[in-house]
Amino acid sequence: MNLATKGAREIVASAPHVDTVGAVERATALTKRSIKKESKRWALELALSMVDLTTLEGMDTPGKVRSLCAKARRPWEGGPAVPAVAAVCVYPSMVPVAVEALRGSSIKVASVATAFPSGKSPLALRLDEVRWCVEHGAHEIDMVIDRGAFLAGEYALVFDEIAAIKEACGPAHLKVILETGELQTYDRVRQASELAMHAGGDFIKTSTGKVPSAATLPVTLVMLEAIRDFHDATGKLIGMKPAGGIRSAKQAIQYLVLVNETLGERWLDPDLFRLGASSLVNDILRQLAKERSGRYASLDDFPID
Amino acid sequence: MATRTKREKPAAAPESPRAQRFVYAPAPESADHVRRLERYDLFVDGKFRPASSGKRFATVNPATEETLAEVAEAGAKDVELAVQSARKAYEKTWSKLSGAERGRYLFRIARLIQEQSRELAILETQDGGKPIVESRDVDLPLVAAHFFYYAGWADKLEHAFPGRRVRSLGVAAQVIPWNFPLLMAAWKIAPALAAGNTVVLKPAETTPLTALHLARICQEAELPPGVVNVLPGAGETGAALVAHKDVNKVAFTGSTEVGKQIQRAIAGSSKRLTLELGGKAANILLEDAPLDQAIEGIVNGIYFNQGHVCCAGSRLLVHESILEEVQRRLERRVKTLRVGDPLDKNTDIGAINSKPQLEKIRALVQSGVDEGAVLHQPACELPRAGYWHPPAFFSGVTTSHRIAQEEIFGPVLAILSFRTEAEAIAKANNTTYGLSAGIWTRKGSKVFEMASKLRAGVVWANTYNRFDPASPFGGMKESGFGREGGLHGLAPYVEVLS
Amino acid sequence: MSAPLRVWKTWKLFVNGQFPRSESGRYDVVKDASGATVANVCRASRKDLRDAVEAARAAFPGWAARSAMNRGQILYRIAEMLDGRRAELAALLGKGGEREVDAAVERWIHYAGWTDKYQALLGTVNPVAGPWFNFSMAEPSGVAVAFAPEDSPLLALTSLVAPLIAGANTCIAILSESAPLPGLLFGEVLATSDVPAGVLNLLSGRRAEILPHAAGHRDVNTLLVASPTAAEAKLAQEEGAGNVKRVHCIAAPSGGWSAPEAQGLAWIERGQEIKTVWHTMQL
Repeated sequence: MNLATKGAREIVASAPHVDTVGAVERATALTKRSIKKESKRWALELALSMVDLTTLEGMDTPGKVRSLCAKARRPWEGGPAVPAVAAVCVYPSMVPVAVEALRGSSIKVASVATAFPSGKSPLALRLDEVRWCVEHGAHEIDMVIDRGAFLAGEYALVFDEIAAIKEACGPAHLKVILETGELQTYDRVRQASELAMHAGGDFIKTSTGKVPSAATLPVTLVMLEAIRDFHDATGKLIGMKPAGGIRSAKQAIQYLVLVNETLGERWLDPDLFRLGASSLVNDILRQLAKERSGRYASLDDFPID
Repeated sequence: MATRTKREKPAAAPESPRAQRFVYAPAPESADHVRRLERYDLFVDGKFRPASSGKRFATVNPATEETLAEVAEAGAKDVELAVQSARKAYEKTWSKLSGAERGRYLFRIARLIQEQSRELAILETQDGGKPIVESRDVDLPLVAAHFFYYAGWADKLEHAFPGRRVRSLGVAAQVIPWNFPLLMAAWKIAPALAAGNTVVLKPAETTPLTALHLARICQEAELPPGVVNVLPGAGETGAALVAHKDVNKVAFTGSTEVGKQIQRAIAGSSKRLTLELGGKAANILLEDAPLDQAIEGIVNGIYFNQGHVCCAGSRLLVHESILEEVQRRLERRVKTLRVGDPLDKNTDIGAINSKPQLEKIRALVQSGVDEGAVLHQPACELPRAGYWHPPAFFSGVTTSHRIAQEEIFGPVLAILSFRTEAEAIAKANNTTYGLSAGIWTRKGSKVFEMASKLRAGVVWANTYNRFDPASPFGGMKESGFGREGGLHGLAPYVEVLS
Repeated sequence: MSAPLRVWKTWKLFVNGQFPRSESGRYDVVKDASGATVANVCRASRKDLRDAVEAARAAFPGWAARSAMNRGQILYRIAEMLDGRRAELAALLGKGGEREVDAAVERWIHYAGWTDKYQALLGTVNPVAGPWFNFSMAEPSGVAVAFAPEDSPLLALTSLVAPLIAGANTCIAILSESAPLPGLLFGEVLATSDVPAGVLNLLSGRRAEILPHAAGHRDVNTLLVASPTAAEAKLAQEEGAGNVKRVHCIAAPSGGWSAPEAQGLAWIERGQEIKTVWHTMQL
């Protein structure tokens, strides 16, 4: 069957089923990979280069965003050279500030447009929001899907909204947030992943970080498997972004192992894999410091942002 | 090489913008703190002592071919002494203790196993070749759990057999294999002791070390002398033990061939017998199987412990509509398996337990190629020393192929296809064995119907190779009789009086 | 007027719901105390055993698939029909015959009530440490051969086979060699009591002749030998090992075949295998 011609309902119906216990087991088994020495340093630096450094607070200010952008450029001010992060992720109103602060760097500006985090505003307003962000220099749009519509079985609506937002993005890359914590089962995560990829998302992303259950290894595994199968069927490379709850360097490396073993090295690239996080950066630095000096570092050795 | 053999060339790494590859550096488990001795003695009547004959045999690390230790080899005279000591301990102490007191010893043993579990895991890996992640995260936790589980039964036997009077049997002769050396020792010893019997255990010739460390734990737990005796040795030692006239109970885990010999050997005696023998389990994938998990289940089913598993899912039955896709996915997945140093925490497949076993696997693989099946195995660099076999699977297998009928006991899978559920059941049951089976489908009603039609003692649905002390395990048909684990695991160690 | 010439009944085997002669053409003559011929009895051969095993194997899936309730009703029907032949059977059994028939009826009723209960006692739900639903259940081993002892030709036979078929096995019984007639008459009871063909088959003949073939038969799962000699017990195990047969040598109950210990759950258990099923359990 030609995948491009599938209707939304068909896409959902033909999504492979997931046995939750097996998915959790596989993800857990991969956490036992032991990454040491050179591999560890390499993985830590790679992880750093994949971070979407994020601030999504009601109390965000231009000052806070500028400070974050400085951190994004030089994560380890005063330390040895380490890669810059991949992107800074902010609310729409902060896009101009971030664009200004990151001018001249290769760091991307991502914005959570589309009535983040619920998505519950009229489509026209969400499309305007997306266009506004792109016009003001955002390189990437992190949209949320309408989980209510998805859970109610209105797959065509969800599909069409993603497709419309993709169109509104123009040159900007689109990350589709499934909010897996609200979808609740891996079957639905897999279905929503398929829908998002078929509708034109460049990345699929786990979470907003605004509901209790955010990124987990098993949910990421399920989405990576969807990406792998989509690539097998269409040849298209879709990116993956787990977000929320990734705080330690150890976790970050576990995600990289998951990517490496599920999709292979091609995906170990900031163009295809991102980690949505904020406090993660300093823990990575701390581990890098330990790898260099052999001594355990304190979090106070690194600026908080 | 046979023309129909398909050996993979190492695939070129896909181009990544980043030049460096994600190579996992060796992550060996440190073995420095393991208290391994150069020489091990028999454990009889609570004491370690050399064999009466003075004979010793070498136990070898199959990953390096280095001798780990010289181990005393028990002969007929030692069997006599051990059975006598078990008899004396049974009559004088163990059968006189209350269930609660027996339970306390078993709880103590369980705790000591937990405390020494890292050391025991390393020893198990060194002596047997299994990956450290398996001995550390599967074998050892199950060993301790088994003792905990049966410790709790010791003072509750009247609840296990309500309305019936039971009593212990006496001296149990227990002969165990090399694939799960310490776990099988636990499966044998824990229920026997809980029910009030004393034991003489013969570990396998190639893997005697952890059983002897367990003997030391029995000593440390102040278990009364003679309650547990351990006699390392080969087949002759086991035969002498099983044949001893003062043995009341024989429990054996191993090959069907030896199991039948034992059944014949004790014919006409009043010895009670349980046998846990070979298998050729069908792992059945229906067309609605959760494929990603099923692939993991296939891998876990056949490559876990190098396929040295009596219940291994060694025959994969796949619905024809998904056959090609399953083979394609399996091929890709098998390439990611890491074969090598069992002590490396990143190793998925360790060393084959012994040279004879490796030769047997190779011979059966060759038979598969000769009979026209297509061999798939990834090119992987295998260490020079030691005994190794890459993970392999055969496609194009028919039921008449030897690889579809005989237990290979190695990391080699035979893939067959079917069209209907009824055909799958018929093919699955078309074997003299009956130990285990797997079913992969999202439809619960199919699971229960197929599970009830499969002639196998253990059926895993949407999972494979799971074990638990609370879960009875054992076979039908020529895979043996009697159950180990759970409430049913007590029955082989008691006599029902009324 | 002289008495009419007596009809000598030829007692045939009971196999697959029918009454065939032995394929061997052999028969034994049963005489009464005075030496007068009472009847001719077929002497089953190894080929008759083979045929009976075929019948039992063919009947097994259907019998095992019936509901436990239905098996119980059929067993109760056996008791009803047996009771109806009480006088005839008692006469064949001789002294104490009525008591034996009554005890046999009682035993069939006992097992009729067991069919839908033993599972609840032999099965378990197992609390494994993980996200799995795990349970164990009893399943019939398959085809059983039971060698009845010489004494209590009806009650001992009942005591051996009733728990096997109550537990959904199919069965071939080799009757008391010296007193086969009550067992053969019992075949006529079975033929009229809703028991599906092949579920229970009865052979008269010589234990010494049939035992090696039964023990060595690779399609027999369970072998019961009541009151075996030491040599028979040894032979049963040795030959039974060929297919890892479940061999049970059963001594006569100390209180006789009418004693309570000659029935109950343990007797059903002999014909059962425990199957454990794991299923993942998560949303």
